[in-house]
Amino acid sequence: MALSRISSRSNGITRPFSAAFNRFISTDSTPITIETSLPFTAHLCDPPSRSVESSSQELLDFFRTMALMRRMEIAADSLYKAKLIRGFCHLYDGQEAVAIGMEAAITKKDAIITAYRDHCIFLGRGGSLHEVFSELMGRQAGCSKGKGGSMHFYKKDSSFYGGHGIVGAQVPLGCGIAFAQKYNKEEAVTFALYGDGAANQGQLFEALNISALWDLPAILVCENNHYGMGTAEWRAAKSPSYYKRGDYVPGLKVDGMDAFAVKQACKFAKDHALEKGPIILEMDTYRYHGHSMSDPGSTYRTRDEISGVRQERDPIERIKKLVLSHDLATEKELKDMEKEIRKEVDDAIAKAKDCPMPEPSELFTNVYVKGFGTESFGPDRKEVKAALP
Amino acid sequence: MSAILQGAGAGAAAALSPFNSIDSNKVVAPSRSSLSVRCKRYIVAGSDDGTNQSFGSSSLVARRSQPLMIPNAVSTTKADTAASSTSSKSGHELLLFEALQEGLEEEMDRDPHVCVMGEDVGHYGGSYKVTKGLADKFGDLRVLDTPICENAFTGMGIGAAMTGLRPVIEGMNMGFLLLAFNQISNNCGMLHYTSGGQFTIPVVIRGPGGVGRQLGAEHSQRLESYFQSIPGIQMVACSTPYNAKGLMKAAIRSENPVILFEHVLLYNLKESIPDEEYICNLEEAEMVRPGEHITILTYSRMRYHVMQAAKTLVNKGYDPEVIDIRSLKPFDLHTIGNSVKKTHRVLIVEECMRTGGIGASLTAAINENFHDYLDAPVMCLSSQDVPTPYAGTLEEWTVVQPAQIVTAVEQLCQ
Repeated sequence: MALSRISSRSNGITRPFSAAFNRFISTDSTPITIETSLPFTAHLCDPPSRSVESSSQELLDFFRTMALMRRMEIAADSLYKAKLIRGFCHLYDGQEAVAIGMEAAITKKDAIITAYRDHCIFLGRGGSLHEVFSELMGRQAGCSKGKGGSMHFYKKDSSFYGGHGIVGAQVPLGCGIAFAQKYNKEEAVTFALYGDGAANQGQLFEALNISALWDLPAILVCENNHYGMGTAEWRAAKSPSYYKRGDYVPGLKVDGMDAFAVKQACKFAKDHALEKGPIILEMDTYRYHGHSMSDPGSTYRTRDEISGVRQERDPIERIKKLVLSHDLATEKELKDMEKEIRKEVDDAIAKAKDCPMPEPSELFTNVYVKGFGTESFGPDRKEVKAALP
Repeated sequence: MSAILQGAGAGAAAALSPFNSIDSNKVVAPSRSSLSVRCKRYIVAGSDDGTNQSFGSSSLVARRSQPLMIPNAVSTTKADTAASSTSSKSGHELLLFEALQEGLEEEMDRDPHVCVMGEDVGHYGGSYKVTKGLADKFGDLRVLDTPICENAFTGMGIGAAMTGLRPVIEGMNMGFLLLAFNQISNNCGMLHYTSGGQFTIPVVIRGPGGVGRQLGAEHSQRLESYFQSIPGIQMVACSTPYNAKGLMKAAIRSENPVILFEHVLLYNLKESIPDEEYICNLEEAEMVRPGEHITILTYSRMRYHVMQAAKTLVNKGYDPEVIDIRSLKPFDLHTIGNSVKKTHRVLIVEECMRTGGIGASLTAAINENFHDYLDAPVMCLSSQDVPTPYAGTLEEWTVVQPAQIVTAVEQLCQ
């Protein structure tokens, strides 16, 4: 039952703090029904209902985790400007509802694979702030030992498959994971996330064709933030209805700034994928930052547009209003929560800054699973026969 | 014992003329049955080295007055000899594509995680019959007919491998895998590294490549030169039924991504391979013919051109040491180095293009590591830097022919 799944879902980030708030805020699992902001638009399927079941605990968890994600991204912004994070840094603020809503609808056995805007999804899958900041700063304690960077976050034990730099290449990988889930007869699905820019990649349609042909439990999620780097969607796609692009594959268009709509859609999609094969979800969302830290984000859109979205559709504000309207916490308590989060993030950054850089020998580890390609192994691959010069 | 070619039978008077490329249909040597009854392990060619080189456990080294080639050879000193070719035990004879199929089938029996995906591998049986019969035996979920989308199904194989499956991805022709280059390079090769070791990608990517019989430029590509720089992958090239089966099995069992290069013209090679299970080392080279005067390094189809040239060379009094390098990445510099230290001269014969091919890398590696042992510059014979033409005569001149090998050896050994 959805409710029990929600209450039993362990979100490692919020657990230590929910106890502190028990005294002040009602965090019982009293069911609350929330209406999504907009109805779903469906293609070749019946849209789910607009009423989403939730609980006060979940509502507060949503607020807390999204605020944490927001804070983390903004802190990453400052770290990048301070040149502690180098290279590429793609920030997810504004799109948190997608990560959060998806996590709420699925288990850790369901796989998620995404592109390079992966910090918050990694966090949602159970990653820790320390791992995030260490990896961003290239330290040993990072989730990929400092060797991956911003675009290569992975968490195998929670079925988070990354973290990919090449646009669109993760979608065939995601369909492959779905294939493996079907092969192993796991009752699990794979969410392959991509952006509106990647939606024009050929390999997406190739993978979709195979997934539909073989009935794979693959859910393709287009996080449509309306800009493929600097190009608006109407300049890149003849048909910006990404949920319809699947043609023979059903699709659903979702308000991606509403965490509950996302949750409902993901739940619907999971049920659909397990029975009937692939489905496309289009999340109508928005990113406040530019494409990456090298992009100011204002040359191809107006500041009015950005602030307009922030005022009207901000996902955290929506949750905040719901929390307040359901009397689950007071303004002050929420502000205190945000202060706690800020401190948590600052502590994680300080701890990550203290972390050492990887050892020089790490340059050569993990290139091959066994040996460095300079050894010759016996037939059972256990014994080293010779070291090649 | 593989009586692969012209050199095998005493009655192989019907030697192919130097200018003909090997016609794979004619490769079955005439007098095989007499050989398999008689031979224990190897037949040393007539060069008179006083040392009794015993290869592996068999000490029976038959010396014959007529110069004969080593029918089959396995690396001399390594434990591979335990798994080397048939002794007097009965093996069974089969063609190279059947050997590949046997290896694949045995691995699929052994491990339920192994699956095959590619175009026409299932119901059609494989365009080169390597996967024939597997779909009937293992079902459609393990032998998957994909639509024509190399990028996507290679990506899917890699994604499946991230979860623990062991897909064998077939490119109908290696050249088609250029469409999947992004997946092979970025995802296949690098995911183990960029995830800090969390994910392993135990895929095998295999397919036929190389210059065939007037197949045209796009279907005659040698992708080993393009893939060789990708970090994190291993590349092997098979050349005999024996090592085809062994390498296929080893590649499937390997935790690293392995690209297995087959050759379009070698699929019908016939050889007798052991009944018992065996595996070839992925990183080891194969000593085809020990010798003293010059080391000839080669792989895949060029092995046969070299062996044909070796026959001529032996007649002229040279004693070439022929090594089939098998492992294209990483190079087995141990075996190669020992050989260079012995002969002091190196000739590389390859089918890749001159620019940026495997031979180019191997030349650099040998020069770097064994410079002190070389009496002459390393010579590398490669294909011409041209798209492979359709016309038969032009195509012949694109690849290295045995006569050129003979000339090169004579030049080096002056």
